Amino acid sequence: MRDVAVIGVGMTKWGELWEKSLRTIFVETALLALDDAGVDRIDSMYVGSMSSGLFVGQEHIASLLADYLGQAPVPSARVETACASGGLALRLGFMEVASGMSDVVLVSGIEKMTDVSGYEATYALGTAADQEYEGYHGITFPGLYALIARAHMEKYGTTREQLALVAVKNHLNGSKNPLAQYPFKITVDSVLNSVLVADPLRLLDCSPITDGAAAVILCPIEMARKMNKPVVKITGSGHATDSIALSSRKDITWLEATYQAGKRAYAMANKKPKDIDILEVHDCFTIAEICVIEALGIVEKGKGGKAAEDEITYLEGKIPVNTSGGLKAKGHPVGATGVAQVIEIVKQLQGEAGKRQVKNPRIGMAQNMGGSGGSTVVHIFERE
Amino acid sequence: MTTPSRYWREIPQRYRLEANKCKKCGFVFFPPRLICSQCQNRKFEETKLAEKGKVLTFTIIRVPPQQFVDQAPYAVGIVELDDGVKLTGQIVDCDFEDLKIGKRVKIEFRKIFAEGEAGILCYGYKFVPE
Ligand SMILES: [Zn+2]
Repeated sequence: MRDVAVIGVGMTKWGELWEKSLRTIFVETALLALDDAGVDRIDSMYVGSMSSGLFVGQEHIASLLADYLGQAPVPSARVETACASGGLALRLGFMEVASGMSDVVLVSGIEKMTDVSGYEATYALGTAADQEYEGYHGITFPGLYALIARAHMEKYGTTREQLALVAVKNHLNGSKNPLAQYPFKITVDSVLNSVLVADPLRLLDCSPITDGAAAVILCPIEMARKMNKPVVKITGSGHATDSIALSSRKDITWLEATYQAGKRAYAMANKKPKDIDILEVHDCFTIAEICVIEALGIVEKGKGGKAAEDEITYLEGKIPVNTSGGLKAKGHPVGATGVAQVIEIVKQLQGEAGKRQVKNPRIGMAQNMGGSGGSTVVHIFERE
Repeated sequence: MTTPSRYWREIPQRYRLEANKCKKCGFVFFPPRLICSQCQNRKFEETKLAEKGKVLTFTIIRVPPQQFVDQAPYAVGIVELDDGVKLTGQIVDCDFEDLKIGKRVKIEFRKIFAEGEAGILCYGYKFVPE
């Protein structure tokens, strides 16, 4: 297997982009990545998208987007594992370059979520749960994570304030990210006074509906070394599954797929949780960040709530988590999220993260999760 | 909109709580499966779910999917039945203040939602206090 590096990244401002179509958002973003990498041709591409069919009524977007990017006839494939689609696109691009089948691969993710009504968006997102045995009974995604949150609070004594602090921290980081959808600070009080969505979760525990895309360019490491910037290579990749129905899991508070994907990524990179300097995780809801850092071994089981309270996951803490603002503040265009996490890690490792730059990180990790935890992709990155 | 076939093929589970049990390790599956996720055995015997259990966790849905708008707010929980099977469903006939983890509930057959004009009336199981 060859060593693989990320040589270019592209991301535009996320938000409710009513004036822009899916294809325009994609091409603008992908062009930034091509320019950043200094290439105008690619050998192949992957597009992570959870549900372009339900969100914009358009399937077959892999070819559509390859064409609009001026790259046809290169092979292009759409990848779907719900909200982990972007992370999986990266893994497939990584495998393709590592195997030697291609040299320059574009890995992207996109979701255009505001072309449909709120009800239709709720429905589209809901298809990531078990439609016949969860959705049928009126559960929603905030509802599923609320079930996890209440169980975690009961089992480990996690508090409502600790949940709120995850959102407060991520908005604090997001306020320093000009591309974030909601780049402003919030307080514990504002979280606790926001409207209840699914008890105990409130509106400010939830990531928003977002239009956006993200793209990166991968290549063999020798090629990256010829460029005039710090080389960031992918040293670990893990992917794992679990039941998509939350009720089928042995322990509702434990994200087994995240544990398994993390274990594989750590083994491949020959790293341990204590080696990780910065971490981007899938905080689709505040409770998710708490459960994820437990499953990745960053904190002990049951101690995830304490992590934000003790500020160890803050920008200046021992292990900064979601320096980008996370899904909470940056936004969550589902298919794009996993790729945007990679961009944050690469920028931090290159020392290009601006006001939210962590002091000299060398090893970063990204964890991207689908549904209520039914699939997870984890990657480890190192600066040479 | 659901086609009638998509609805009626789930009836054995939703109306009659039909499940199956691995002949090798005894794990009970709902809905029934063809291969055991615990031991990969493919031989099963038919069984029915226990109709009583306890609430493992719950939430109150305040922002519902469109088909449930007329019911919100409503409680949904995961219940562990006395045979060990865990099931997601609404918890009804119970004040929200009386809901707690560990509460004993039993299964009743109820209307779940209506699909709207010319659509199907969808039935199934809900939980009520024991
Ligand atoms: Zn078995």
